[in-house]
Amino acid sequence: MNIIRKASTTILRPQFNYQKVILFPGDGIGPEISKAVIDIFDAAKVPIEWEFHEIHKKRVTEQGDLITEDTLKQVKALKYALKGPFETPIGKGYRSINVTLRKRLQLFANVRPCKSIKGVKTPYPGVDVVTIRENTEGEYSGLEHEVVPGVVENLKIVSYNACQNIAQYAFEFARANNRKQVVACHKAGVMKQGDGLFLKVCDDVAKNYPEIEFSEEQIDTMAFKLANDPTKIDVMVMPNLYGDIVSDLCAGLIGGLGLTASGNIGKDCEVYEAVHGTAPDIAGKNLANPTALLLSGIMMLKAMKLNDYANRIETATYSVLEEGRFLTGDLGGKSTTTDYTKAIIDKL
Amino acid sequence: MKNCVRQAFRSNSTLRGAWSQNYLQRPGEGQLKNVTVLPGDGIGPEITRSVMQVFDALHVPVKFDVLDNFNFDNDEQRNLLKKNECILLGVMTEKNQKYTDNYRFYKYLDLYANITFAFSVEGIKQRHNNTDIVVIRENTEGEYSGVEHEVYPGVVESIKVTTKQASLRIAEYAFEFAHLSGRKKVTAVHKANIMKLVDGLFLSAHREVAQKYPFIKYEEMIIDNCCMQLVKNPTQFDVMVMPNLYGSIVQNVVAGITGGVGMAAGASIGKDHALFSQGCRHTGRDIAGKNIVNPSALLVSSSLLLRHLGLPNFADQICSAVQETIQERKLKTKDIGGKASTEQFTKEVIKCLGK
Repeated sequence: MNIIRKASTTILRPQFNYQKVILFPGDGIGPEISKAVIDIFDAAKVPIEWEFHEIHKKRVTEQGDLITEDTLKQVKALKYALKGPFETPIGKGYRSINVTLRKRLQLFANVRPCKSIKGVKTPYPGVDVVTIRENTEGEYSGLEHEVVPGVVENLKIVSYNACQNIAQYAFEFARANNRKQVVACHKAGVMKQGDGLFLKVCDDVAKNYPEIEFSEEQIDTMAFKLANDPTKIDVMVMPNLYGDIVSDLCAGLIGGLGLTASGNIGKDCEVYEAVHGTAPDIAGKNLANPTALLLSGIMMLKAMKLNDYANRIETATYSVLEEGRFLTGDLGGKSTTTDYTKAIIDKL
Repeated sequence: MKNCVRQAFRSNSTLRGAWSQNYLQRPGEGQLKNVTVLPGDGIGPEITRSVMQVFDALHVPVKFDVLDNFNFDNDEQRNLLKKNECILLGVMTEKNQKYTDNYRFYKYLDLYANITFAFSVEGIKQRHNNTDIVVIRENTEGEYSGVEHEVYPGVVESIKVTTKQASLRIAEYAFEFAHLSGRKKVTAVHKANIMKLVDGLFLSAHREVAQKYPFIKYEEMIIDNCCMQLVKNPTQFDVMVMPNLYGSIVQNVVAGITGGVGMAAGASIGKDHALFSQGCRHTGRDIAGKNIVNPSALLVSSSLLLRHLGLPNFADQICSAVQETIQERKLKTKDIGGKASTEQFTKEVIKCLGK
């Protein structure tokens, strides 16, 4: 009797070729929150097989990077990756891992949707904005030098191709997600040629999407509008530095980086990541909030067209947040990472 | 004992007058001083007119040299700018441009420190309370160096220049300001984790100057985290100092979290000149000429001008009048939730003077 039951259970669980996805757990709280996401995806029976990749600070490559060529090839081969938080050194020898990934994998667009979460109280209710940021060039080209002692230059590069890619992506995104407005943010009053080129390209691309309302705004006026009344803003597209600032500003509007999803999109592969820090002070203590990595994972599932699983996990997560009984310390609650994870699994 | 004195202060007006509002001038300081006024475009003429009316009502010993239709490219007019030390600015744009960043103007007068005051005003609906931030922005270099070229068709380079000299200058100004205004903390805002050399130079200059002011707390914060903190928890900030572009963004964010562009006063200070204007450089073309603009920002800024000229009593009177109009009389312009016109607001401020 027992043998038959055991045999039937093994037959009932068919071995599909689960899609492989790369996971970079990261530093600090990275491993704990990665485990939480793995557990939730497991409980939801998401057909994914995780391939772990660690990054070691002691093994710097010749180019000054921490990621090996093999790892990069693998990401391109498997197409999707989920990444935890990494340390970015201030003024040290090697290049930031985030910047390396973006440049080497040509992840030209960074997408950060920020939507107010019920149950998380902020002074800004009703926010629903998406920041689309050019991810490869601009002020982050890493081209700096000291001209004469005491005078330093940083080169901001703006190229037609990169502008075309990001503008095209922004309008495609808006169309695919039923968004009505796209605003291009720039500082063309000061950087007439650089941001002027960006603006011109956005203008040209907008002509192919007549159903979407396109407008432009200087970055400082946009910052004012976001801090004053963000409910009227929809999708924003902008160069690298402004995108960095604005996407963090938007994260602040909905409750912080601990609740924000983010995706880096390239032509060959996509890397979804948690954008908060490594929080070394709470690492290993089972106190971390895995929501950011989880929401990024959900974004990834939707990109992989596994919408059913994505929606189920998303509903469960928002339900737990709205109920407020099991919240981690950063949201004002007392639950541990494992309690919060279990609460979401229970809601699936 | 302390409480009794404070109570007596509040109820006994003669006692209050004897202690707090007197200023002993050097003989002859009350003579007429010349101040250049640049009304400019957009809402500029309306707000400068408001200030001139209030000064008139107070009999302030200031003579205004008004430069209408100012064109920066005109040599004659440009030379006139250097005539007086103090300048009152409405809104300055570049000719035929929709944007207000006329960086050549600030470089010409070497107005290297651009300051914006943003504080929570009671009586105006805001998302955060108890905010009191002063943003000091380096005004002459950085991303606004104006050095650009097309390297190759379709590839443009914009050069961000940072010099040790300018960084030291702005750091000195920020710490000196904090010291003389009784401020406790200076936060340097940067992106040195990505722009290691340029912002690294900026930071090292600030660390150097911070050592001379051990009684002022110094901290550093990355610009993206800073913007997030500003919308989440702005009460942690006191004085903030930063390079040009970040300054432009942060100025607008702090205005957004307090009373808006119409309430944030600002100034641009250099060695030889001092310019007083609104905190945020917005043209306001959409509301120009409709008599709805809020003149409070320029009125508070004009009180800073008066203190700079050594006329603190008039400055106090204007500030109290604006505060009384908004808080007690509850007369507000459209941007802060009321229905009053610019003229009505100005008239009410004039009525409240001298109280």
